[in-house]
Formats: sequence, structure tokens, C-alpha cells
Amino acid sequence: MKTSTSIVKKIYVALIFIFLYAPIATLIVLSFNASKTRAKWGGFTVNWYRSLIQDETILNALGTTLLIAFLSAFAASIIGTIACIAMSGMKRRNRAILMGITNIPMLNADIVTGISLMLLFISLGLKFGFGTILLSHITFNIPYVILSVLPRMKQLNPSVYEAALDLGASPVTAFFKVTLPDLMPGILSGFLMAFTMSLDDFIITHFTKGSGINTLSTKIYTEVRKGIKPEMYALSTIIFVTVLILLFLVNIAPEKKASPDSGK
Amino acid sequence: MNSKKNILAAPYAVWSAVFIVIPLCMILYYGLTDKTGAFTLENIAAIASVGHARALWRSILLSVISTIICFLLAYPLAMILAEKKGRAGGFIILLFILPMWMNFLLRTLAWQTLLEKTGVINGILSFFGLPSLRIINTSYAIVLGMVYNFLPFMVLPLYNALSKIDENVINAAKDLGANKIQTFFHVILPLSVPGIISGITMVFVPALTTFVISTLLGGSKVLLIGNVIEQEFTQASNWHLGSGLSIVLMIFIIINMIVTALFEKAEN
Amino acid sequence: MQKELIKLEHISKSFDGQMVLDDLELKIHENEFVTLLGPSGCGKTTTLRILGGFVHPDTGSVIFDGQNITNMPPNKRQLNTVFQKYALFTHMTIAENIAFGLKIKNKPKSYIEDKIQYALKLVNLEGYGKRMPDSLSGGQQQRIAIARAIVNEPKVLLLDEPLGALDLKLRQEMQYELIRMKNELGITFVYVTHDQEEALTMSDTIVVMNQGYIQQIGSPESIYNEPENAFVADFIGDSNIIAATMIEDKCVEILGTRFSCVDTGFGRSRPVDVVIRPEDVELVEPENGIITGVVTHLIFKGVHYEMEVMANGFEWLVHSTVLSPVGQKVGIRVDPFNIQIMNKPESEDEEAVALEL
Repeated sequence: MKTSTSIVKKIYVALIFIFLYAPIATLIVLSFNASKTRAKWGGFTVNWYRSLIQDETILNALGTTLLIAFLSAFAASIIGTIACIAMSGMKRRNRAILMGITNIPMLNADIVTGISLMLLFISLGLKFGFGTILLSHITFNIPYVILSVLPRMKQLNPSVYEAALDLGASPVTAFFKVTLPDLMPGILSGFLMAFTMSLDDFIITHFTKGSGINTLSTKIYTEVRKGIKPEMYALSTIIFVTVLILLFLVNIAPEKKASPDSGK
Repeated sequence: MNSKKNILAAPYAVWSAVFIVIPLCMILYYGLTDKTGAFTLENIAAIASVGHARALWRSILLSVISTIICFLLAYPLAMILAEKKGRAGGFIILLFILPMWMNFLLRTLAWQTLLEKTGVINGILSFFGLPSLRIINTSYAIVLGMVYNFLPFMVLPLYNALSKIDENVINAAKDLGANKIQTFFHVILPLSVPGIISGITMVFVPALTTFVISTLLGGSKVLLIGNVIEQEFTQASNWHLGSGLSIVLMIFIIINMIVTALFEKAEN
Repeated sequence: MQKELIKLEHISKSFDGQMVLDDLELKIHENEFVTLLGPSGCGKTTTLRILGGFVHPDTGSVIFDGQNITNMPPNKRQLNTVFQKYALFTHMTIAENIAFGLKIKNKPKSYIEDKIQYALKLVNLEGYGKRMPDSLSGGQQQRIAIARAIVNEPKVLLLDEPLGALDLKLRQEMQYELIRMKNELGITFVYVTHDQEEALTMSDTIVVMNQGYIQQIGSPESIYNEPENAFVADFIGDSNIIAATMIEDKCVEILGTRFSCVDTGFGRSRPVDVVIRPEDVELVEPENGIITGVVTHLIFKGVHYEMEVMANGFEWLVHSTVLSPVGQKVGIRVDPFNIQIMNKPESEDEEAVALEL
């Protein structure tokens, strides 16, 4: 009886994963499809990977996407971390207000956030382009940083900072040598989260980008009607496989290191 | 010390005022004025027009259905994952986040390939002699797209809530005579309410407001409220009407938040 | 002796290939306060969980009141558990927590109401019914966990380190409370702890466990005064454990000097371990001692002085109300009754235990 329920559980998990990964498998297959239409299989080819290297519009979009993701995640990490430190010393009511505002971009619909930023940029007379996309991405990324640094901040033992002061460190030194390293795991996971969110964003970019610039998402969206270029499948396969390998390395490497201890 | 820390708060306070609060105020301003700048409720009342009301109703219906399906799929899954302690569970959770690294537009588009008349799924179905599925460009395909895209947002909070439940609390219920079903309804389900609430919010809001999934999988046949708003801004350039409809959308989001907050309070 | 209530027969259990319990045999009698005592990882909690039905043994059987309950799920067993860290239902009031088991059994409302009042009174928390578990202190939550278990009128109450999370003062108070409750309820308590003092204070019977084996079963006095091996001697209180040779009955050679003792039947010229409690080592004038040594350390402990005396190449731990300053030459005497002879460990496991300490 016990084994049969565990088999049912395994099948269930497997079905969900098939559901989640079927489209990804499809895209990977399409990236090797010699036929240009995705409707039929025209034989195996790596041509799309070759022509990808020469496709400047795709590579430009990729560059923009990565640059925006990196810059916005980086800026959000700094602003968010400073905000967390500031919030720890705030009066309860002020902190509640600031946290409430922080939650707005998380809870609000992306379309509303996108539209509202678009209206702002128009009335400020800003030229739509790289800058407006970056500002928007920083805005929706800060909450992810705050929400991952704040719990870490609460766990922080204030005595450690005080001990550093007691041992002769200036407040600034104490912060950079003691507090910041303690917060680092939270900041790092916030950065990664922000990076991912920025990379995957379409809706907010759609409203704040203007013409003449594209991220991968908006580029794909414009191609939907005329048909996606197969090079796009090739690119996303490369990105996916890279992340997959990184993930396995990160997850398997520490496991190996830990094993002699765990055997004890 | 404190005043110094308050100075540190300034950058984010200014940032959030300029990029979060003021933009929302602008939506309110545009939504409540006409092109001449005069106050009007017309943009909000426009939701009552047949086309808009139908799109809103369709959005609510599809997003509620998607949320329910996500919940029913995710709860057993989260329970199974929560049983796996430590690394194994954490790794499986990573597998849920991993697909996000493949562009979500492409992932959703891939469903076109899978669902098409001569697509992969119908190929498999006909191989087994089953009737073919004709759901591409229908509401069913949109629901499928919503469930596919937002399922991880339901699984993760449920997994978090369930894996936080002390195993001994469940054992205590059994110890006091509860069978599996009683333990589930009296102990596990109530203790996972915070996860259920954030899961529902995280699925319902994006499903209610999407315009991408309906564009990609619904053809041009099925318009959702998100599509209407998007078109007002990018094609019709009627920002006042678009803002007014956005306000209506926000009202629904706020209602959802209030309802879930009340539900949470009642549970406590 | 009271009637036998629980019998564990040939119980073995391993987790991930690691043996936690090895062929364990244990009898528990009606109305007995039994404590399973041992360091973490000794298998005491696993034993308790096997009794509660949360862990299924790999081999062996659990006999309860003459009935084999090895395969019975926990919700059908006439035992109730007080869990480590209480495991209260945080989404229910105190009254709902206590009523849980009775509601599951569909008891009438008035009966449940009476039981709640009775249980709250028993644990000295009358009037707390409407509060939530989170609003109670650790000690109070502990009492509620007990109340929640006992309203079901179990024949046996299993307690898994129930006082572990409380501070020292509260822990001592709760020890008396538990003894009082047990006497009032007249049921069997099976208690798991790693705290030897708790075990000595409350138990009728102590089961000392280590590495999946039972080391000794006995009353608190016999466990303390007559430890059967070095592990028990060392785990329960401070002690001097010295390798020695049994010369003949009633004579043992310790560190090259012959001491008289009262033990017989160990044979002739056999290697043994002796245990001498620090309070049983008497410091006398050097000429009156069986052996002589020099005081090397001295600490004031309040009730007594703790001294270390170097004699015949061994640091003797001594507790005495009389101070002997560091550097003083002293004689050591031990009353024959206070020399406890133990067999050397036989199995490798026991050896490993002795080495680890």
C-alpha cells in the first residue's frame, strides 16, 4: 500500500513537470528544425545557431536585455539595501508606510505599473528609450531586493556591530566589514531575483520603451504576427542550457564538498 | 544615530514617491478627467459599455477558473514536495523557477505549436485513436496559458507554508485520534492559509490583467480587459479612457486584497 | 510489582542504513514513571515514537495490554504524546486544542466542556481557555500540551523531552508538577530526557540508553549507586572511573594499591573498571590514607569544594565540605561499600562509547 501511494505521487509530480517543460522541449526542438515554419519538421539543422551570430537585431536586443537586467538589478540592490538599513532605524509608523508603498509594485498589475510609468515619463517630457526602461526596471526590482534583505536584517545580531565598534572600528568600517558581509546572502539573492524578473519582463518594458529599442521580450512580441525567427529559438535554447548548467554546478558542487562530513 | 538613518531613507523615499506614488496619482488624474482636463466619471462609467463589460466579465471568469485549477493542481504537489526534506525539496523548487529563464512569450507561444490542429498533442491523441483537441484560439487555450504561466506562483507559497508546519503538530493530531482526512481538514489546511492567500493573489492578479496570454493563445477572437486597456494606450491613444479602465481594474485588485485579508483574519 | 502494560520485543530500527535501535527489549508496568535517559542519538526518542506509532520498527513487536499493536496507526492507540516544543495547534484557542481529541471521537458537548475545565484545573491554568497558544509562555504552553493529551484518558502518557525548552527554575517547578499530575491521574508515564537530574528526580525506573542499546535498567538509586558500566557511571553524575584488577573476592587493585571492597564473583585477577563517586573519596591525613597524593585544583562550588588530587598517576575528582588547599599532601581513603566494580565493556560498541566520552 505504501509503495503504491508513493508511485502515484511520483507520477503526479512527473506529469506536472511534463506540463511545465513540454513547451521548453518544444522550443529546443524547434531550434534544430530545418523548416522555417514551426508547423512541420523539416529535418535536423544547426543553421539557426550559425545565422544567430550574424543576426544583429537579435544580438542587440540580447545586449540591451542583459545590460538592463544587470544595471537595474545592481542599482536596485544598492537602493534597496540602503532602504533596509534606513528602515531598521525608523519609527514603526513611517516604516509601515514605506513598506506599504514597497508592496504596491508587487501586488499591482504589471499593466497598471507600466501604464502609470508611461504617463509619468510623458509628463516629465523624458525621451523614451534605454533610460526609461532602466528607470522602470529599477523601480519594480527594488521591492524584490528589500523583501529578501529585510528578513536577513531582522536576524542580524546588533551586538556584532557594537562589538566591532567596541574593538575600535569606526561606524563606517564596522558597517562595511561586519554588517554588510552579514547581509550579503540576502542582497545576493535579491540581486538574482531582480535580475531574473528584469530578464523575463515584457509588460512594463512594452509600455516604457518607445520605438527604436527592443529587449528580447519586446522583439519577440513584434515578431509574433509575422512569425518568430528560428534564431530566437536557438538563442533561448542557449540561454536556458547555460542557466541549467550553472544551476547544476552550483547545486552539485557544494554537495560534493559536504559529503565527507555528512558521512560521519 | 537615528537622524543619520533617516537620511539614509531619503533615496528610496524619493524614488518610491516619484516612480510609484506619483505615477499612480497620474492614472487617477487621467482616469477622472477628459481631454480638456475637466473632471468626469465617463472614463470609469465606460466599463459598463457592452464590449468593455463583456471583456471584464470574461477576464474575471477566466482568471477565477485559472486560479482554482492552479490551486487544485498545486496543493497536492506542494504537499508531496514538503514531505521531501532539505536539499531534495529545495532542488525541485528550483526546477519550478528554471523555466522563467526561457522567455515567457516564447514558452507561451510554444503552446501554439503543441495545441495546433496538426500539433504535437493532437498527433499523440490520434496515435491512440482519440479525438483531436480544438482548443487553440479559444478561452480554453487562454486558461491553459494562465495555468501554465502562473502555476509556479501558486506552488511556491503553498510549499513554503506547508514545509513550515512542524511535523509534530501533524503527529499530535494523529496522536489525538484524527485520521488522515481529519488531520488534513482540521490541521494542515488551516495552517497553510497564509500560503493559500498569497498563492491566490499571485495567480489571480496577473491572470485578471493579462493581455499577452490572450493575444498569443486566444488569437484575436478573445478580448480580455487587459487587451482593451493596452489598445487604448498603444493604438487608440485614448489615455483618459485607458486610465479610467485601469482604475476599475485596480478596484478589483483591491477588492481581492481586502477579501483575502478578511479571510486571513477570520481564520485567526 | 504492578501488572505489565507494555512490552517491546526485539525492536530494531535503522534510518538511512544507520542502526538506531538494535534488538531492544523493554517492559513497562502499569502506573510506573519510566524515564528513557541518554545522550542525543541514543535511540530514546525513536523508542518513544515507536510506542506512539509515528515510527514503524524494522523488526520486533510492540505489545500493549496483551495486544500486538505494532501495525496500529497512532490515531487508534490508547496512548497520547506530549511533544517536544509542545506542537500545539496555533490556529486554535487553548480550549479548542484541548477539545481536539474529544471532538474527533464525537464526545457530547457538555462532556467536552467538563473535560476542558477539569484539564485546565489540573495544569493550573483555569480561565485560559479562550486564549491563543502564541500568547502563552513556554511553561504554560507545556501545560496545555499535557492537558490536551490527558483529557483523552490515555493509559500511558508519552513525554518527549517536555521540559527541554524551559529555563532551569521553571524546569524544576514542572518536575514537581509532573509528579503530582502522575499521582493524581494514576497512569503510566514514559518520559524521554537527556537530563540525568530530571531522570533521578522523577522516575520510578530509569532506562539508560546509548547508541541503540539499553545500558542499564533500575531505580534512580541503583542507577546512581551501582552503575553497571563506565558509560552509565559517567553519564549519571560525576565519577572517577579507573581501570583496575580484581585480585579476588572483596579485594581490588586500583593503580597498584589494593583496596578492599564488597563485590564478589568477578573471578581472580580479572581486569575491571571501578567507579568511585567524588563525594565518596575521603581526604585524610597522609599517614591514614590508603594512598597519598597532592591537591592540584580547588574550586568552591557552594555546597561543597571540588578538588582534584594527583595520586598514583590519576587525577581523582573529590567533593568535600572540608577545604584542602592546592599543593597540600593528602591521604585518600574509600569505604569498601563505595567502590563499585564493573565488568570491562565486552562488545565493540560499548567500547566505542567509552572511548567517545
